[in-house]
Amino acid sequence: MTHRKSPEPLLWLLFSAGGMAAALLIPVLLFLFAIAFPLGWFPAPDHTYLLSVLRHPVTKIVLFGLCVLSLFHWAHRFRYTLYDGLRLKQLSAVIILGCYGGAVVGSVATGYVLLRV
Amino acid sequence: MTTAPRLYRKPISTFWWLRRRSYFVFVLRELSSVFVAWFVVYLLFLVTAVSSGTAEYERFLNWSAGPWVLALNAITLVFVLLHAVTWFNLAPRAIVVRVRSWRVPPVLILALHYLLWGLLSAIVLWVVLR
Repeated sequence: MTHRKSPEPLLWLLFSAGGMAAALLIPVLLFLFAIAFPLGWFPAPDHTYLLSVLRHPVTKIVLFGLCVLSLFHWAHRFRYTLYDGLRLKQLSAVIILGCYGGAVVGSVATGYVLLRV
Repeated sequence: MTTAPRLYRKPISTFWWLRRRSYFVFVLRELSSVFVAWFVVYLLFLVTAVSSGTAEYERFLNWSAGPWVLALNAITLVFVLLHAVTWFNLAPRAIVVRVRSWRVPPVLILALHYLLWGLLSAIVLWVVLR
């Protein structure tokens, strides 16, 4: 019996985990930091407080997990959007490189930004 | 001499998803991933600004209140909510939980997802707004 090693199950797992993390956490964060604070519905948190929240290890772990999983969720779903939506399956190699490569680069950037806080 | 029969494949237009409402909603749902990715970029801008000091954080707050950024983020919120609702509504079909021989009813799985969503949102609101 031969086992063909395929990364597809792992990519699906990352897609699902990212979809769940994104659905649970992005709406509230986006509402606060992209709509409510800019429009002045609530006063934006002061810098000292926000910095102390961001320096907390739990915040860093949660944000790192959220960003990395969301990026792989994007990579996988966008790959199929290009395949099916725009009928671009013949460009498969370029699309795979662009999507998952983008997610890897984004994850490294996330790690760098969060470690620097 | 025989040649292998070639199946006729009806060519599908690039814009097949404009034909039906359900196809269009499907493509909108798929496109939500682009806005999920934009949120990650936006969050990284915010974190970078906060870690660069008070002045940079103020600059970020001003930038985020600009009309173009606000418009983009309003669209992003609509797509992210579309993603969240379609994701949770699919969950009971993707997750089948059995306790001994009893199948946990799909409605309960759905309700637990919304409950968790509400709980986590409340925690984030509480942490950010104190």
